[in-house]
Amino acid sequence: MSAGALLDVPAGDRAPSVGEWRRGLLEALAAGERLVTLFGRPDHDQVCVTAVCQAQDGALRASRVAVSPEEGFHTLVQDHPPAHVFERELHEQCGVRVRGHPWLKPVRFENGADTDAYPFLQMHGKQLHEVQVGPIHAGVIEPGAFRFLCHGEVVHHLEIHLGYQHRGIERKLLALDPWRAGPLVEVVAGDASVAHAWAWASALESLSARPIEPAWRDARGVMLELERVGMHLAGLSGMALDIGFLQGATTYGRLRTTAINASMRLCGSRFGRTAVRAAGNGVAWDTATRDTVLGDLAMLSAHAAGIDERFLGSASVLHRLRDCGRVATPAARDLGLVGPAARASGLAVDQRTFARPGFAPVVRTGGDCLARAEVRIHELHASLALVRATLEACPVLARASGAPAAVAGDRLVVAVVEGWRGEVVHALETGPEGRLVHHKVQDPSLRNWMGLALALRGEDISDFPINNKSFDLSYCGNDL
Amino acid sequence: MKWNVFGVRAAQGWQYVHHLRAARPAGYRGRPALAAKPCATGCTACRDACPAAAIALEPLRLDLGRCTFCAACAEVCPEEKVRFTDDPRMAARDPAALVLREGDGAPEVAVDARIRSLFGRSLRLRQISAGGCNGCELELNATSNVNFDLQRFGIEWVASPRHADGLVLTGPLTRNMARAVQLCVDATPEPRFLVAVGACTISGGLFREGAEVDRALLARWPPLVSVPGCPVHPLTFAHAILDVLGR
Repeated sequence: MSAGALLDVPAGDRAPSVGEWRRGLLEALAAGERLVTLFGRPDHDQVCVTAVCQAQDGALRASRVAVSPEEGFHTLVQDHPPAHVFERELHEQCGVRVRGHPWLKPVRFENGADTDAYPFLQMHGKQLHEVQVGPIHAGVIEPGAFRFLCHGEVVHHLEIHLGYQHRGIERKLLALDPWRAGPLVEVVAGDASVAHAWAWASALESLSARPIEPAWRDARGVMLELERVGMHLAGLSGMALDIGFLQGATTYGRLRTTAINASMRLCGSRFGRTAVRAAGNGVAWDTATRDTVLGDLAMLSAHAAGIDERFLGSASVLHRLRDCGRVATPAARDLGLVGPAARASGLAVDQRTFARPGFAPVVRTGGDCLARAEVRIHELHASLALVRATLEACPVLARASGAPAAVAGDRLVVAVVEGWRGEVVHALETGPEGRLVHHKVQDPSLRNWMGLALALRGEDISDFPINNKSFDLSYCGNDL
Repeated sequence: MKWNVFGVRAAQGWQYVHHLRAARPAGYRGRPALAAKPCATGCTACRDACPAAAIALEPLRLDLGRCTFCAACAEVCPEEKVRFTDDPRMAARDPAALVLREGDGAPEVAVDARIRSLFGRSLRLRQISAGGCNGCELELNATSNVNFDLQRFGIEWVASPRHADGLVLTGPLTRNMARAVQLCVDATPEPRFLVAVGACTISGGLFREGAEVDRALLARWPPLVSVPGCPVHPLTFAHAILDVLGR
């Protein structure tokens, strides 16, 4: 596993009581561990709650407890704010009472709940007005609702209400043979297919004790980094367009075409679909294809460097991006942000730190749109270097089918991969005889949407599009 | 590398695909073709391997409206009957024409005379995502980049349904979007038409079953043209729209 972290433990461990579970968890978090995920699974009349923490060295640890949904537990948020969105989801999915949560609102309107029933924060006053944007937006983009409470042009509060994209992913995953879940996993967030597929595949490979060949692991690394390059270029193109820097928009845009066409040469899809096969490999190249891709990516690196300099050196670009949509480091930490948005606000969280010796995350402290653009620029060049090094070392690679195999029973596997928006988590639990009893999916966007909401506070409403693009989050990844 | 604005422009060169209709992308898994030769006796390998229930047997048929282009069928076929070509052309006016049989080439998209006379040289499209995974959305966005440049045909995306001639749907049509999609349709002035883009919209794709999806709109208002893909390649969309317009 070389894109992040993995945990594979017996599924049956439980803390003796909710109180002890809560105490132990908060102690670990206070001592410096990070909360990676917290979710529930119905278990007869109880709910099995699982919290997964990560130590500074990347090691994952699970702590589980059986909870009565009616009694629930007292919120962790007062001691550990990053738990906020997990508790909302736990309440919505499993009906667990979370006492004292300050913002227990729906996450995605599963199970037929009425999206019109979202309890938006209300403010009253003659000088205030509300602006509703969405769910359908002006551009070619997924839907979500944004409610702005404004004083004139200044945003006092932005509330984001999602759920419009809910397709029942987790329910459908449980109904499938996990070995055949690849196509569904790839469209959880269809622009982060490689990241999601790699997390799912590595969970299955661990459960069936079938580590993959190093060359296949390296090929997955190539596809993951090409996915990152392609989407960072899309983000930069969109940001440039939003501030009227047209040369940046078109140049980053056509460089994205080069990046995703490279993915297509290697696996047949501009979005890396079928590149990751559980216990197998869907990426192939001969020397000629490899050399063509190396040439295309060398051009990409050089041309991107050229437009980067014009972008970051333009006074009008800097004027729009600097100090716009600032999320300070303490706020980013409290929100539990992940990915480039977190790294642009000073948090050095990147799962690749634990997968590649010597990997150094790109970090900026400004927390503004400029920082989020800079992180993208530096990351895409680092990714291109990684891809080049891997391809140069490997002249040919063949596909290999991954035949399904028996999967260990009564195990909990948690796989974390650093997708381009942040850490992607897939947690699979098997029951007796290896039957799948739960597949929890977590896109990084679940944790980051609140970051966008807070970034808009005190900003002009006309700066919403550039901020939205600077986060570039997934609606369907949140909505599942 | 230090470039000024002219340096960037010079390095870019001419980015647009000159002959869109002839373009065949390298490495692309495009329109599948089924060879006209016998299947192995009693073989069901392709149907069993398909994650999208796109394949039927006796006779062998592949429904482009369900296909996710994973090519599992091509890989498992012992007779090598299934081949994914690099042809992006695969849309159809009638969803029944999306079901490929042995020996079939690309489906035809007949020009719509009324649409051609109204919008043949100036077409405005509004995109609606109702459960799309962002794959089709990104590729539809790409149709207006400097490489595909559909604006050269007078085709542009608009921000408001009130400015639109056609609505382009992606996603299986989630229940949570049903109300918003209907509002958007109601706000689009006549004459108007609907384009279904991607396996999710055409057939529901991997999401065709379940309470999370509400596809009643498509029964009330059938699409004028259905464009297969998962996600749809910008060239596939270009072929489909240009064919409808008679360009």
